[in-house]
Order: sequence, then C-alpha cells, then structure tokens
Amino acid sequence: MLKVEHLSYEIEEDGKKQEILKDVSFEVKDGEMLVVTGPNGGGKSTIAKLMMGLYKATEGKIWLDGQDITSLPIYERAKAGIGFAFQQPPRFKGMTVRRLLSLAAGTDLPKHICCGLLSRVGLCAEEYLDREVDATLSGGEMKRIEIATVLVKKHKLCIFDEPEAGIDLWSFAMLVEEFQKLHTEKKESLLLISHQERIIQMADRVMIIDGGQVTKCGPTQEILPYLTGEAISHPQCLKNQGAAV
Amino acid sequence: MMLDKITEKVLRMIDGEGFKQEGAFNLRENGISICHGDSEHVKIRKKEDRQGIDIYIDKDTNGETVHIPVVVSSSGMTDVVYNDFYIEDGAKVTIIAGCGIHNSGCNDARHDGIHTFHIGKNASVHYEEKHYGEGEGTGARILNPVTDIYVGENSIFTMDTVQIEGVDSTKRETDITMEAGSRLTVTEKLMTHDKQEAVSNMKVIMNGDASSAQIISRSVAKGESIQTFHPRAVGKAACHAHIQCDSIIMNDAQVRSIPEIDARNVDAQIIHEAAIGRINSEQLLKLQTFGLNEEEAEGVIIENFLN
Repeated sequence: MLKVEHLSYEIEEDGKKQEILKDVSFEVKDGEMLVVTGPNGGGKSTIAKLMMGLYKATEGKIWLDGQDITSLPIYERAKAGIGFAFQQPPRFKGMTVRRLLSLAAGTDLPKHICCGLLSRVGLCAEEYLDREVDATLSGGEMKRIEIATVLVKKHKLCIFDEPEAGIDLWSFAMLVEEFQKLHTEKKESLLLISHQERIIQMADRVMIIDGGQVTKCGPTQEILPYLTGEAISHPQCLKNQGAAV
Repeated sequence: MMLDKITEKVLRMIDGEGFKQEGAFNLRENGISICHGDSEHVKIRKKEDRQGIDIYIDKDTNGETVHIPVVVSSSGMTDVVYNDFYIEDGAKVTIIAGCGIHNSGCNDARHDGIHTFHIGKNASVHYEEKHYGEGEGTGARILNPVTDIYVGENSIFTMDTVQIEGVDSTKRETDITMEAGSRLTVTEKLMTHDKQEAVSNMKVIMNGDASSAQIISRSVAKGESIQTFHPRAVGKAACHAHIQCDSIIMNDAQVRSIPEIDARNVDAQIIHEAAIGRINSEQLLKLQTFGLNEEEAEGVIIENFLN
C-alpha cells in the first residue's frame, strides 16, 4: 500500500519560493486504482514525480508497504516495487526497443515476450523490436513503448502520467483494456494521472488536485459529478467544498 | 604458430570475429609479419620495396573474410606499414583489420597503418578497423591510420571504425573517391578519456552520377580528452550524401565537429547534421526508474549510443 502524509513541494524561482504542492495526503491500497485528475498546472504530474523520486518532497512522508521511501533515490524506489511511465518519454539514440524493454525487465527478454508486450500496447511487434528509440518514432509510438516498459514486469505500484496523451483513439481503446485487465487482476496498485473520462470511470477512487491541493477525493461515483459541467469549468467551486481525503 | 598471451588478448579486443590462422590472414607483430595464409581467391604478398603487404582479392571471392590484424607490444617502437588491397570486379569480401598496442614501458609505441583500396566495378567490400590500447607503462599508445579508397562503378564499400579505449593519441586521415552508382557507408565510433586526443579528417569525393554516401560519426569524450571531426563531402555529380556527427561531452572534455559539404553539381544533394551535448538528464532518470543507479544508467546510455 502507498501512503502519503502531508506532502509539500516548493521550488525557488527568481529568488522567490513557490509552493507547487501543499499538504497533500492520500493512500493507494493494494490492488486499488486511484486516478488523479484536475486542471492543468494543478500539481498532478508533480505528485507522480514525487512518488517515483524524480522530485524531492520539501515536507511530508511517503510510505510503501510500511517502508519509509521519502528519502530513497529513484533506483531504490524502483527496486522497492514502483514502476513509472513518463508523460513525455525520452528518446535514446542507438538503443533498440528490445534493449529498452530488456533493461526495464532487468533481464534479456526473448523475442516472443517483447512481441507480446508490444502487441498489448497496440504496436505491430516485428516492425519495432530492432528499431531505435530515437526521433524516427512518432510521439504516439514512443508513448506506447513507454507504457510497455512498465507492463514488462510486476510492480507493487504502477504510476502512469497521462498515458492517453499523444495516443490515437484506436490505440487508446486498447490501452484502456490493458488498464482494465491490470485493475481486474488486482495484482498491482495503480496510480494514474489522467483527464480521460474512460480511465476515470475505471478507477476505484478519484482525487482532484487544483492549485497544489487536494480539493476532492473519494469513490469514483461520488467524485464524477464534480468532474462534469460546472465543477470542471470552475475549479474554484471544488476548492470551496474543501478537500475530503 | 603459437601466439603469446598478450598478443592473444589484444587480438580478442580488435578482431570481433575471432582471429584464426585459417583462410586468408596476415598477423603483423612488432613490425614483422609473423604468420600469414592465402585462400583460393585471396592472395597476400609481402611488399618488396617497403614494409607491408599487397592483398589480391579475385572476382570469384564470395563472402570470404580476410583478417589482417596488427599488434604492437614493444615499447618505443614506431611501426609504419603500407597495405594495398586490389579487389576485382564483382568480388564480395569482408576485411577485418585493426590494431592493438600493449605498452608496458616508458617509451611511446606507435603504429601508422597506411591502407589503399583499389575496388573494381560491382564489388562489395565491408571493412572493419578496431583500435585498442592497453598496458601499465607510462609511454603513450599512438595510432595514426591513413586510408585511401577508390570505389569503382556500382560497388559498395562499408567501413566501420571503432576506438573505444586505451589509445592516447590518434590522427585519422581518410580519402574516398566514388564512381557512378557506387555506395558508401562509413560508421565511426570513438570514445576518449583522460588526456587522450583524437582527430579524424575525412574527404569523400563523389565523381559519378547516382553515387551515394552516408557518414555517421558517434563519439563520447570524457575526462580532459579532445576530439576533432572534420568530415567533408564533395558532390561533383548527381549524387546524395548525408553526414551525421553526434557527440556526448562529459567532464572537462572538448569536442569540435566540423562537417563540411561542398556541392559542385546542381543535382548534388548533400546534407549534414552535427550535435554535441551532455547526456540527457531525462534519459538518466528514465533508466533509474528501471532500478539502475546513475553510474550504471550513464554506462548504458554510452554503450548504446556507441552501439
């Protein structure tokens, strides 16, 4: 289980301190799917990055299965069982898709395993295995390969930062199925940053982040009404109702 | 013949296929050809007027590999060798050259390999040249290769050069002349560290219509090392050329990349790209999310970049 207590994150810009996240607390239970949503610039991706250790929290604690991972470096968090899919994955000159997947798996993967993984994210495997993860791949292709790097092995917690971004509708439908499958199996906890209704509807719980604060968190059916119409157009309405963690 | 352990080790580093005293081969050690063999289609002859060999590859050569490694293990030695390759029309051959220096003394050890290729029509030649240095001595390990290549009509020449470690100083000069319909691919991989220096000057002249050249250079400069690349493509006909130089710079290293394109025909299409930069921090972060620490991640990025 992931437990986050009173997490804050601030940066310094032009000599001035700016609070990006303020006193955020939440949990992701074993096998649970939590979707974090909210307006752009609200702090959603910052939460994801703080969980993986890409950013260091200014205050607060992060626990994974009872272990305090707040000060662990990225690679130790990965070893502790966290998988992370970047919103904008980096490209690697000279590295093949197969090699990247093998690195993600921590072992040399046989061809048929790689092919199976790529098929799960909607890529025609044979065409991609020996291609370089470089500028010759489109943004959508990169994104699907990125998701495959997380699916390649079992984690305690998988974090996907806007998995839908840059993916065509057909592939998106396949990805939704994959997330559904992962969620149904309940073997891994899922933390997804998303704006997509289909992904949000799949969640056990939804957390809305706005202005660096949790403005709403609860079971999906309870939160969904706040994400339609007036509530999403006027995030201030959400703030006024206070956070319910 | 039996080889000593140092020579065997160096050969393993410079000959990826594994050097064997079989087929057509010539092993040069400390300025002397210590063993050589011919095959049905490839004949190797010692030069009469100067150091070196002439390699004759006949038209019926089809997929054969010729191994001509050089090992210098004597500190203080300067070995200059002239090797000429005569490749007949239609021959298909792989040539694995390469030089390794083991210097355990305080004097410099140096090898200048001067190779000339005369390639006929419709031939296909793959040439690999790996440079490597080792040894606990304080003397420098120096390699200065000179390669002149004439590529006949409709022939294909691919050249892979690799210098990954241990060479203190290298100055590479490569001149290539291409006839109509010929194709050239050059891949140059280089890593320097400490105070090493590397210079690579290359000139490709495309004389014939429909000739095409691709030159890819990838390098990593660490420590206080200095690298200079100057690939030059000259288009004198309706031809295509693409030069791509990518370098990763680290620590206090210096990298100069000077791709030059020179069109002398209205139908010549020549492109160059050059980029120098540090290791992308996002790449490091991504690999760390796989469980690699920063040092391991850096190693993987470099290894794949030079792959």
